[in-house]
Amino acid sequence: MSTPMEFLLWTKGPMFDWAIAIFALGMLARLVEIFWLGRKPDYAEARGSEWGPGFRTMISRSLADPGTFKRAGFDVLVGWIWHLGFLIVLFLFIPHIELIKSLLGLSWPGLPNPVIDAVTAVTLVGLVAALIHRLRDPVKQHLSTFEDYLVWVVTFLPVITGYIAYHRLVNPYPVALGLHILAVEILLIVLPFTKLTHMFTAFIARWYNGAIFGRKGVQS
Amino acid sequence: MATHKTLGESLREHGVTRRGFLKFCAATASMMALPPTMTSAIAAALEKARRPSVIWLSFQECTGCTESLTRSHSPTVENLILDVISLDYHHTLQAASGDAAEEARLQAMKENWGSYLVVVDGSLPGPGSNMGYSTIAGHSNLDILKETVEGAAAVVAVGTCAAFGGLPRAHPNPTGAVAVQDIITNKPIINVSGCPPIPTVITGVLAQYLTFGTLPEMDGYKRPLAFFGQSIHDRCYRRPFYDKGLFAETFDDEGARAGWCLYRLGCKGPSTYNACATMRWNAGTSWPVESGHPCLGCSEPDFWDAGSFYQALSVPMANPTNTMVAAGIAGAVIGGVGATMAKKQQQQAVAKRQPVTIEELEQKL
Repeated sequence: MSTPMEFLLWTKGPMFDWAIAIFALGMLARLVEIFWLGRKPDYAEARGSEWGPGFRTMISRSLADPGTFKRAGFDVLVGWIWHLGFLIVLFLFIPHIELIKSLLGLSWPGLPNPVIDAVTAVTLVGLVAALIHRLRDPVKQHLSTFEDYLVWVVTFLPVITGYIAYHRLVNPYPVALGLHILAVEILLIVLPFTKLTHMFTAFIARWYNGAIFGRKGVQS
Repeated sequence: MATHKTLGESLREHGVTRRGFLKFCAATASMMALPPTMTSAIAAALEKARRPSVIWLSFQECTGCTESLTRSHSPTVENLILDVISLDYHHTLQAASGDAAEEARLQAMKENWGSYLVVVDGSLPGPGSNMGYSTIAGHSNLDILKETVEGAAAVVAVGTCAAFGGLPRAHPNPTGAVAVQDIITNKPIINVSGCPPIPTVITGVLAQYLTFGTLPEMDGYKRPLAFFGQSIHDRCYRRPFYDKGLFAETFDDEGARAGWCLYRLGCKGPSTYNACATMRWNAGTSWPVESGHPCLGCSEPDFWDAGSFYQALSVPMANPTNTMVAAGIAGAVIGGVGATMAKKQQQQAVAKRQPVTIEELEQKL
């Protein structure tokens, strides 16, 4: 791994295999455990269905209610902005779609690069703003643990290195691209073992919430 | 060998007109991103320049680089500068053979000690490997290179093999091939990579050396920035299609016929630095992407080993789907076992629990 190209090939080869394997293993272990354990059986007669309210709650709990927005407008707004930006860049940048296609065989149309570029810039600003707020807000400061800063770093790195690689701000180019791929691999490895699992579990939890209330005939 | 003639004299002897010569100088100025006013300075300097003694060493190579440089679109000024004016020793081109040829090399070295240029094409078996894979007149490539470079002003590694090891160095590298820069560390090296490199790039480098007496500004891979400063992708005429997300999906679909971007067909333009997109090939006729084929990335290190030529750049080297599925299954088993054990513990806890009534507790107190 003495040359930039060897570094890039390592990130695209063995390191990618390791990262994707650890991610798949960790994530499947977490998810299977969650589903297998399930919820405590409810022996009471059902008063309503589970599925409809479950799915409805997956959406309704993703949208902040007016009270939350009033109390923590910054968190809601910045959180939404960078989460959306991250997803747009991840799923609608053409080289990313090509990668997903090669892994899963699924493909969809992408967005023009200048749009992705702009969204990346906004996402970066959003992430930095979120960090500053976390560092300055006394309550957040008190609540934050090492893990919170770790997940921020592993989320921020793929975006910033992607921006650097796209604009060729580091030379030679294989180093820039290799660093981006490596940053994503670190994210993949860390993901199943930190609160980043919320990418998957947040919606499962929301579904369970909605389903439990739905079964009881309660609006959620 | 007409060492004492100036370049201007030699060119005129070969029927190059003043107009043709100035056109070459203007092209060279623009290639090197110099202002047009520099054309006359280049012309004046080249006119007066004594031709440099150039010793051309061919090692583990396919002669493609020499073919590209000498037979590209003759007769041109580039061509003449290269094959008529400059070369004191070139295996492929010289008439002499055997001892006479080697003698010519030694003589050129002696007469121009400290000022001659060494051009190398091809990689060479590195130290520790079997030198028998490539020898000239019974001498190993390594010995010849070291001996020849000793009195050189600079070394120009022409082609990806000389610059980075190229095809001979591709996995599993049976000959232990290395690049010139792996061996030579005490002389200035200019890498003119490409498989083969663009003819005008090598003459451009020589012209710069003759005009300014200096080596060109170089990138991290010791390639002249004037030619390797921008990626194929950034200068590609199909770039607007990439930015708009319009791609050829196969070599014969509507997109391919409409000239859309070849990224999805494996174009390595984004990671490749070369001047093909601006200078083109065959007297500016076309270049690979213009003729409908993705860039292979031939001017980059390890391009033979950098994954399929026909897979997009962002695709991993080997398809990790099997690894992913196997790891996923293993993860599911681990998760299942973990959850089962947790459930069992729960059941055991329920079975073993000893209910205590308030009365019993009160009695104990």
